Amino acid sequence: MNYLIGAFKPPCNISISFVDGRTRKQVPLKKENGQSMMVPLFQSQENIVGEVVIEPIQGKKVEHNGVKIELLGQIELYFDRGNFYDFTSLVRELDVPGELYERKTYPFEFSTVEMPYESYNGVNVRLRYILKVTISRNYVGNIVEYQDFVVRNYTPLPSINNSIKMEVGIEDCLHIEFEYGKSKYHLKDVIIGKIYFLLVRIKIKNMELEIRRRESTGSGPNTYVETETLAKFELMDGAPVRGESIPIRLFLSPYELTPTYRNINNKFSVKYYLNLVLVDEEDRRYFKQQEITVYRLLETS
Amino acid sequence: MMSEVAQDEEKWLGAGIAGLQQNAFYMHRALDSNNLRDALKYSAQMLSELRTSRLSPHKYYELYMRAFDELRKLEMFFKEETRRGCSIVDLYELVQHAGNILPRLYLLCTVGSVYIKSKEAPAKDVLKDLVEMCRGIQHPVRGLFLRSYLSQVSRDKLPDIGSEYEGDADTVVDAVEFVLQNFTEMNKLWVRMQHQGPAREKEKREKERSELRDLVGKNLHVLSQIEGVDLEMYKETVLPRVLEQVVNCKDELAQYYLMDCIIQVFPDEYHLQTLETLLGAYPQLQPSVDVKTVLSQLMERLSNYAASSAEALPEFLQVEAFAKLNNAIGKVIEAQVDMPVAGAVTLYSSLLTFTLHVHPDRLDYVDQVLGACVKKLSGKGKLEDSRATKQIVALLSAPLEKYNDIMTALKLSNYPRVMEYLDNGTNKVMAVVIIQSIMKNNTCVSTADKVEALFELIKGLIKDLDGTFDDELDEEDFKEEQNSVARLIQMLYSDDPEEMFKIICTVRKHILTGGPKRLPFTAPPLVFSALKLVRRLQGQDENVVGEEALATPKKIFQFLNQIIEALSTVPTPELALRLYLQCAEAANDSDLEPVAYEFFTQAYILYEEEISDSKAQVTAIHLIIGTLQRMHVFGVENRDTLTHKATGYSAKLLKKPDQCRAVYACSHLFWVDDQDSVKDGERVLLCLKRALRIANAAQQMTNATRGGSGSVTLFVEILNKYLYFFEKGNPQVNIAAIQGLIELITTEMQSDTSTQDPAADAFFASTLRYIQFQKQKGGVIGEKYEPIKV
Repeated sequence: MNYLIGAFKPPCNISISFVDGRTRKQVPLKKENGQSMMVPLFQSQENIVGEVVIEPIQGKKVEHNGVKIELLGQIELYFDRGNFYDFTSLVRELDVPGELYERKTYPFEFSTVEMPYESYNGVNVRLRYILKVTISRNYVGNIVEYQDFVVRNYTPLPSINNSIKMEVGIEDCLHIEFEYGKSKYHLKDVIIGKIYFLLVRIKIKNMELEIRRRESTGSGPNTYVETETLAKFELMDGAPVRGESIPIRLFLSPYELTPTYRNINNKFSVKYYLNLVLVDEEDRRYFKQQEITVYRLLETS
Repeated sequence: MMSEVAQDEEKWLGAGIAGLQQNAFYMHRALDSNNLRDALKYSAQMLSELRTSRLSPHKYYELYMRAFDELRKLEMFFKEETRRGCSIVDLYELVQHAGNILPRLYLLCTVGSVYIKSKEAPAKDVLKDLVEMCRGIQHPVRGLFLRSYLSQVSRDKLPDIGSEYEGDADTVVDAVEFVLQNFTEMNKLWVRMQHQGPAREKEKREKERSELRDLVGKNLHVLSQIEGVDLEMYKETVLPRVLEQVVNCKDELAQYYLMDCIIQVFPDEYHLQTLETLLGAYPQLQPSVDVKTVLSQLMERLSNYAASSAEALPEFLQVEAFAKLNNAIGKVIEAQVDMPVAGAVTLYSSLLTFTLHVHPDRLDYVDQVLGACVKKLSGKGKLEDSRATKQIVALLSAPLEKYNDIMTALKLSNYPRVMEYLDNGTNKVMAVVIIQSIMKNNTCVSTADKVEALFELIKGLIKDLDGTFDDELDEEDFKEEQNSVARLIQMLYSDDPEEMFKIICTVRKHILTGGPKRLPFTAPPLVFSALKLVRRLQGQDENVVGEEALATPKKIFQFLNQIIEALSTVPTPELALRLYLQCAEAANDSDLEPVAYEFFTQAYILYEEEISDSKAQVTAIHLIIGTLQRMHVFGVENRDTLTHKATGYSAKLLKKPDQCRAVYACSHLFWVDDQDSVKDGERVLLCLKRALRIANAAQQMTNATRGGSGSVTLFVEILNKYLYFFEKGNPQVNIAAIQGLIELITTEMQSDTSTQDPAADAFFASTLRYIQFQKQKGGVIGEKYEPIKV
């Protein structure tokens, strides 16, 4: 964390800790360098309580123009590098300007913080929450310390959850009817469904179900859309005949899904699609894409 | 090109096995270190080798078996894993994360097996889920193997009655449902296989398909093993469902195989009780299906079942098995318009066998079957198809074999009608079969009516049928056939002479239609048969004279005369002559002089007019002499005429030695030992002297033509005659004559010119020895011989 110590030898160490740090659930977070670290998990409207410890290095004093802690919710668009957009920013002043000679502890508390958006690490966009401690100084640069944390918000079971049912086809060539049991799935859900073959005149080799994530960032002419295929799940091997029905059972848990995010702060959206693909013997692909809503179910147990 | 394909296949199989083994190795390592994640990963990769489309079913099977073995190990691991606390439900989910469907489903089935064993969920639910999920494999070969795997792992886990997996209520229904569904799906895949790939490889595919049939049939076997499938359930659920699938799949290969399978795997008792349903399916099968074989097999099984236990028989009656089968066959034949006649006949033949086994007492059934067969054959004319005729032969032979009695067959009104449809050749074969049956069983055909019917049956042998060309006949076969007819004639016998005579008349009527080629074979037995009757009548004396008896010896002789006359026109004079002589002898025994004389006259006429071959003449003359010698019925005049003629014939033979022998044989005509009226020593001597003269002439002739004197055999033979008559007391034959002859022979033999003939020497030596022997005997004979010097 303090990788600048060796180079510039900042005059003090800053550490941020949470009061419930021991009991709070920790989740992995991917850092910019690709490594994962465990960070605490919060949800909206929780109290974020902790303390900041500042410990000057032996024999040094730290002059400052005040110490503050900020809670920031940032959206970072990669194509607009370095330009963070803070959608949430809360500040607590920890100390008035003065000098620090010895280790000092500052408790802090952000009560019932609104954190409507979940942490997200996408292809073109990142949404992160951080606690930022700043020791302001004159002449020399401020001393800053960050602590990431993750926010996840839970949704209750949707009251309406219709199945997706559709008949599609190519005239005189292929007619199928597919049915997914629901249109909204939680992250550990199972997609149950069926495909009926009403007419088969092409030589189908296999059929698979893909889960695709579409991340769109920006707006207007600057919209960037990135689609990833997260899962390729073979449903059928071989060529069916008319009248066959093929079962679908796809467990979502093995895949790294996030809930569907619709228009997060006018900056980005993340949507999920089920793509049913039929491949014929000449490797032509026939597909039909259907949006599903993914949500994070409040784990009751 | 073919071998290239085979080579490639070998290569692909090799690669597949290598891949499989490699992943199996990693899997084992994971299993050993209890690493579930890796185990799943590598097992899925291992199973991915089964995704190949390049292998023929045969090679694929090889690959499958290897995977199967590995999966057993994996299953053990899963079992241990659950014991270590891993939830089986989680495991069941976990394996379903695999992205590729084929490995996923193999793993699912494997875990499913453990799941059922764990009893954490009812077996039926797991099975249902598995069989449903397997729908994902629509590729025929891969699907078949996967489902076969499912069937294999689930076999011992069906919620059958009495099984540890049996649930609360009626779970056997679920077990049956599961197997039926798997069967249905497998059959669909199997049938579909024929449409995969290019049309030109269809034949090869059908062959491959045929190799896979047992995978499908195994399900039926499993069904039959389910304890809970009782008759009720079989009737209500299993059979209708299976038949529905069989009928609907509209595939020749499958229908044939599965119908056969049904018949083979389920108990006969079930078949019997569901006969109607089962038979109902047959007319619905594809026209190309070989229904006859399957149906025949069914009938065969039922026959065996009937034969196996006496208790089964009432069941047959109860379900009216015969009527149902008969009906079904009618329908099948109706439905399959294109069915070759052979097929139809095979069906009838099987039905007949069935009937004979199950209802041996119901001749009307047998006749009914034959009648149906006639109906099918009618309007088709003679059968050309060799298979059909073969089947008809089988059909017709069956009752013979069963009843071992031609009489029964003769009672079947449709029997001859069926025979009419056979071509001439087969007709004959059939006739031979009938005759053989009679022979084998020593059946005695004892009334004229039956004989009439019988000859109607075998008329193919008796006369030329229309359209037969003589040159087609194989001489040997013909002889064989006619010999069998001859044997048959010997089998016709009645104790009642009247009836017997009728029989003989009937036979005559038939054999006279047979033409010149057959008569030489058929007439003799008839003649002898008639002669036998004559002798029988002799035994009974003439006590029937008063009545209007039909069968008197006279009548029979008249009758015989006609037959032999017919034979002499054939012409086979030698045979006719022999028969005449036989008749003459019989007439002699019956004291009918005019008849005997007539027969002799006929024989002489034949000799004079028809027998021209010198060898034949020699034989004939000896026969005549032999017969005539024994005749005692003739008066002096008649006898004189006949003997005179015979002697005359003898002297006119072509070769001298023949002449000589005939003439000395004639000497016996004048000296019959037990007939005092015929003892004319003078004429005997005359004959012998004449014979000597001829022998001399023969000797000289040899001298003249070849140089050196000929053999003395003739002289020795004559010496023997002399000795015979000498012994019998002919006064004209005296010591001097004998002595002279001995000396003559001795001189001849010692002369330088004589050719060495060891046989003659030996003959002479033994004759002399005989004289010596008689001398030493002493008594009257010894005295008689004493003066002869040797």
